[in-house]
Order: sequence, then structure tokens, then C-alpha cells
Amino acid sequence: MKSSAELLLRPHTGWQPIDLREIYQSRELFGFLVWRDIKIRYKQTILGGLWAVFQPLTAMLVFTLFFNRLAGIQTDGPPYPLFAFSGLVLWTFFANSVSLSSNSLVGNQGLVSKIYFPRVFIPLASIGALMLDLVIGILLVFAMMIYYRWPVVPGALLIPVYVLGTLLAASGLGLILSALNVSFRDVKYAVPFFIQMGLFVSPVIYPLNYIPARYKLLLGFNPMSGMIVGFRHSMLGGSTDWALVMASLATSVFLFVSGLFIFRRMERRFADII
Amino acid sequence: MAPVIEAHHLSKKYQLGASRPREDSLRDVLMHGLRTSLQTLRRGASAGQNSSGPRWMWALRDVNFSFEPGDVVGIIGVNGAGKSTLLKILSRITDPTEGYVRLRGRVASLLEVGTGFHPDLTGRENIFLNGVILGMTKAEVQSKFDEIVAFSELEKFLDTPVKHYSSGMYVRLGFAVAAHLDPEILIVDEVLAVGDMAFQKKCLGKMGEFGESGRTILFVSHNITAVVNLCQRGIVLQQGQLTFQGDAKSAADYYVGEVSGKEKKSGSHMADLWNARGRLPQYHPWLSKLELYNGEGNPLEEEMAIGSSIRAHVHFRLQESSANFEARVNFVDLYGQVIFAARSNYERDRNWGERSGQQEIICEIPNLPLTPGEYRVEAALVIDEKCVDYVEDACRLKIAGSDFYGTGKIPSLGFFVHKQSWQLK
Repeated sequence: MKSSAELLLRPHTGWQPIDLREIYQSRELFGFLVWRDIKIRYKQTILGGLWAVFQPLTAMLVFTLFFNRLAGIQTDGPPYPLFAFSGLVLWTFFANSVSLSSNSLVGNQGLVSKIYFPRVFIPLASIGALMLDLVIGILLVFAMMIYYRWPVVPGALLIPVYVLGTLLAASGLGLILSALNVSFRDVKYAVPFFIQMGLFVSPVIYPLNYIPARYKLLLGFNPMSGMIVGFRHSMLGGSTDWALVMASLATSVFLFVSGLFIFRRMERRFADII
Repeated sequence: MAPVIEAHHLSKKYQLGASRPREDSLRDVLMHGLRTSLQTLRRGASAGQNSSGPRWMWALRDVNFSFEPGDVVGIIGVNGAGKSTLLKILSRITDPTEGYVRLRGRVASLLEVGTGFHPDLTGRENIFLNGVILGMTKAEVQSKFDEIVAFSELEKFLDTPVKHYSSGMYVRLGFAVAAHLDPEILIVDEVLAVGDMAFQKKCLGKMGEFGESGRTILFVSHNITAVVNLCQRGIVLQQGQLTFQGDAKSAADYYVGEVSGKEKKSGSHMADLWNARGRLPQYHPWLSKLELYNGEGNPLEEEMAIGSSIRAHVHFRLQESSANFEARVNFVDLYGQVIFAARSNYERDRNWGERSGQQEIICEIPNLPLTPGEYRVEAALVIDEKCVDYVEDACRLKIAGSDFYGTGKIPSLGFFVHKQSWQLK
């Protein structure tokens, strides 16, 4: 920052765009907040990073047993455990991101009421810290593919696109929910419930062909359905429903942009009511 | 030279009760919306600001000031006068409702020591985290790291998680980081109220140096003496309005004479602590009453003479049974300096065992040797070494000028009287 910096503090009203310059200037702080969240998680838990794989692995075992063996759900190609795990890795990242970020502002009251920095860093840093888990999870999918002797396809180059789409959707929801949570603590109770429901309305444990064709576009309003379908096919092969992927991507971008604006509008009151 | 800080018609309005989000559930908002729209319907849409609407309070009202580079300014006022709100606006934590502030220069604000410290991280890790949160770059923290550690005197504990630190060590680490910020404008809240005396002096010294190097400091403290020593200028806030502006000494005199002196009348021997005003939000209203008696056991209604005995009865409630509770009574001069601190755990034969419910603890102080003047009596309740309730202005005690030494001379200078003998050789 230059010493000649002049700052005007005045009432803000209405919708404001996010201050990108300020965010760029304090990017180092963002890095530190991510680092803090990772560090704390590793220090407070015995399993540390193992939690990143424990959650989707257990879910995979349970789903394979109940949905595949007992209920007879079949995949559109790959072995069911591999099919379920590839979906669960991305889904778990999304679910944990939304639930952690929605509680992040309330959990960092001290920071919100005692110091100024771009507030968007708080929910976004909690998601950033989960990226490490996601990377570990993706590596584990490749390990499973080796175990099942399942070929790697060139589509794998598109993985970053689906990760980005998931990141945008999770960040958008996280921004909106964390801001709402400051005024309405109901969010804390509602989020786990809707995340649980979300698992069943996204094609995580069943393939897309279980959904009747006329409902497929409706799925596009769920950002995670296109991301999971695309992510899975880019890793395991098979033809992707591009219309669905594009619809979900559009929803993700919309969620992210509206999240930024809604957050910006609500952040003015955070320190007064938190 | 252009002023570094200018405030024009600065005002801040708060909705009363809005700071308690637990009552602010979605259901209440929906119900409130429904109720008001029904009422509006019934009254034919003529209802404006009616009594069932939210109540507002101006925490700051039309405050104007401007400070030059190098000004060291003390902000004085009782609790709730708007000091914290002003600092929060200047630190960009909250927006003003009306008016504006223009700041020229890099601002660092210190409303709390160790903001962002995480108990599970080590001292070393927290130095970096806190430094970056306060606005330093990683490279800056790195280059000042050794200085910070030396200032904190915590070399041996750098790799210990701060949750194992004592509160004194915690404050030292936090202030050490803050002391190495290099802003043009420094905003400091009551952060020096904690920590031991020696370290407080060190911090005040560091701030003094900082001020002499031509940078601007805004400083809030209850310790008016510290304000007078450190600052050249002073402003007094009273119920959200700026009522005095001038040099620090006159501001302090104005505050002691006009504000703090008239806040509460001395005289009544019994203070209702339950309903005491200005209790900070972190405290529970568990102290219920403070009674003062003189040496003969009669209620202390008016002034007392220098060196008379006093008995303070502190009534409080223990919500849960505890064997580790402590009552504290402080005698504080009107400049905010604690002159005498009495604590029940200074009692050597204290073996009271486990207690719960309503308690009364009696503190007997023979021959209280305070010099004449008015004193504020503070009461605090400490459970398991943690202060759970604290009333800053429980009651007032007036010591009348009297012939303590039996020579016809009335002592007035200094903080206390003491027996003395003189010989001429």
C-alpha cells in the first residue's frame, strides 16, 4: 500500500460490485487464512488428512452394499465402487465446502468485529482449505482405477473445469449462506438437512440414465448434477450429456456472481449484528 | 499540511436489540413482517413509525473533528458514550449511517490484542497470522520477526501452542506484533487494560516513540492518567456527541469535572449492582449488591475521614457450585487509576469450601489511608480465575479532608497517607 493512500469512509447503500483491487492487494492474507484452516484441522484431529479419504471411502462401501448389491442399482459402465467413489469425491468436497463456509463468519466473530479485511476471505478460505482434500481424493480415484485396471482417458484433462464449476457453485452458496447465517442462525440447522437431500437429487449413487429424459434439463438447475456427470466421465470414460454440463455450469456461474453481490450487500451489517 | 483524519457530521444509528442474533431467528422476522403488515392493513396503511416497530439508538451523533499528522489524540468517555463505535467506523469495521470520514495514510487498528490468534497454533505461527491480519506482508513479518520475539520476551515459548500461554503471555505476544506495525495512523482501543504493569509501561513507551516520529495515534483508555501522559490532544464523547475538544489535559479535566463526577451521586451506602449501568456484554449480572459500612458497623452515608476503617459487603450469586470464587473491590480515582485493590483471595485463611447460590462476602479494611477526594468503587466476581462479572462504577466513596497526622494540617497531595517520623540531626 502506498503511503499516500486516501480513504473515504461513508455510508454504502444498494448493490455494489466486489472490490477486486482490494482483494488482489490482500491476497497474501487469503493464503494465510487457508493455511490456518488446514493447519488447525490437522492439529485438532488424530486422523488429520485421512479424514479427506475416510468420509467418501466409507460412503462408497455403504452405498456399494446397499444400493448396488441389495437394491440392484447398475452403473453405465464402470464397476460400482469406482463409479460411486468418483462421484462421492466431488460431492463430499461440495458438501463440506457449503457446510463449513456457511458457518465460517459466525465461527470467526472475533475477526469480523475487531478488524477489517475483505470479508469474502472468511467463507472462501474455508473452502480453499478443503481443496487439499479434493486433490487427495482425486489421486485416490486414480489409484482405484489402477486397482480395477480401468483405462485413463484423455478426457481427464477436463477435470479442472469440473473442479472449477464445483468451486464456483460451492463458493456462491457458501457466500450467501454464511451471510444469512449472521442474521438468521436457522441456516446452521437447515444446511445439513438440505445437503443430505442434495446427495439423492444429484447423480452420485445412480447413473444419469435412471432419470427419465424429460426431467433431465431440470437437473441442470442443480449445479452438482452436471459437474458430477462430467467429472466422472472425464475420469472413467463414457459419453457425457453436454447439455446438462453446460446448464449446470451456467447455474454455478450464476450462483457465484449472485453470491458475491448478496454477500457484499449484507456484509455492511455483519459487525453490527454478529 | 492536509489533515490526516477528518470526520464530517459522523453519525451511527443502531437498532436496539439487534445485537442478539439468537432472538433474531427467521421465524421472528417472518412473524414480525406478518404482524406489521396486518396492523398496517387494519389501520388503513397510515401507520408510520409506530411503537411496535424497531427502536433505534444513535451511538454517534453529528461528530466533527480533524487531526493533523503527528497528533496523538485521547478519546475519553464513559462506557456507552460512543468511543468503540467511533473506533469501529475509523477501522472500517462498520459503516457510518450518516456523514463521512476521510483518512490520509495507511491505517492500522488495534481494537483487541491478538486478533485472529488461534489457540492451537504456536506462538511462531500466530505471529505470522496476526501480523498479516493486521496488514503487514509476510516479508515484513519475516524481517521483523526477531524484534517481535525479543519485544515479547517469549523466546522459550515460541513453539508452544498459545492455548498453553497465560493471559499475560498472550497479551505480550499480541502487543509485540502490533508494536511492529508501521502505519501512518494507529487506532488503539482499551488494549492496555490487560497485562502486567511493567509490560503496560513498555507498550506505552513504544506508543510514545511512535507518536514522536510524526505519526498519528487515536487512543482510547479508561486510564485518564495514561491519556494525559501520552496524548497532546483530547476529545470527550458524551452520549454519542462530541462535547469537548482541546488539549489532553483540559479534556481530562473537563471529563473528570463535568462527566464522570456528575454521572453518579455519592452518598448512598448501598449499591444495586444487579441493575448497574454500563455492564459490558461479556459479563453476567451475578453481582447483586455492594454495601459499605464504617468501622462502627453503621452505613456509610456521607464522607469518611482519612484513615477510617471500612467494611464492604459484596453480595453475589453462584450459578453453579464452586470452591474457587473470588470477590474483588477496587478503589479507583476519577482519572481511572486503581489506587487500592482488595481481593478475597488475598485472605490467607480462606477455606470456604464449595458454595452455590446467593452469597455475601465481607471485606474489612482497617484504616483505609486514601488522600481526600472522590473515588469510584469497582466490584468484580471471579470464578475459576476468570472474571465473570464486573461493575465499573458500583458506587462512590468520598474521603473528607481531615487531620490524619494530628498536627492540624490536612494532607491532600499524593495517593495515600502513611505514618512517618522525622528527625533533625
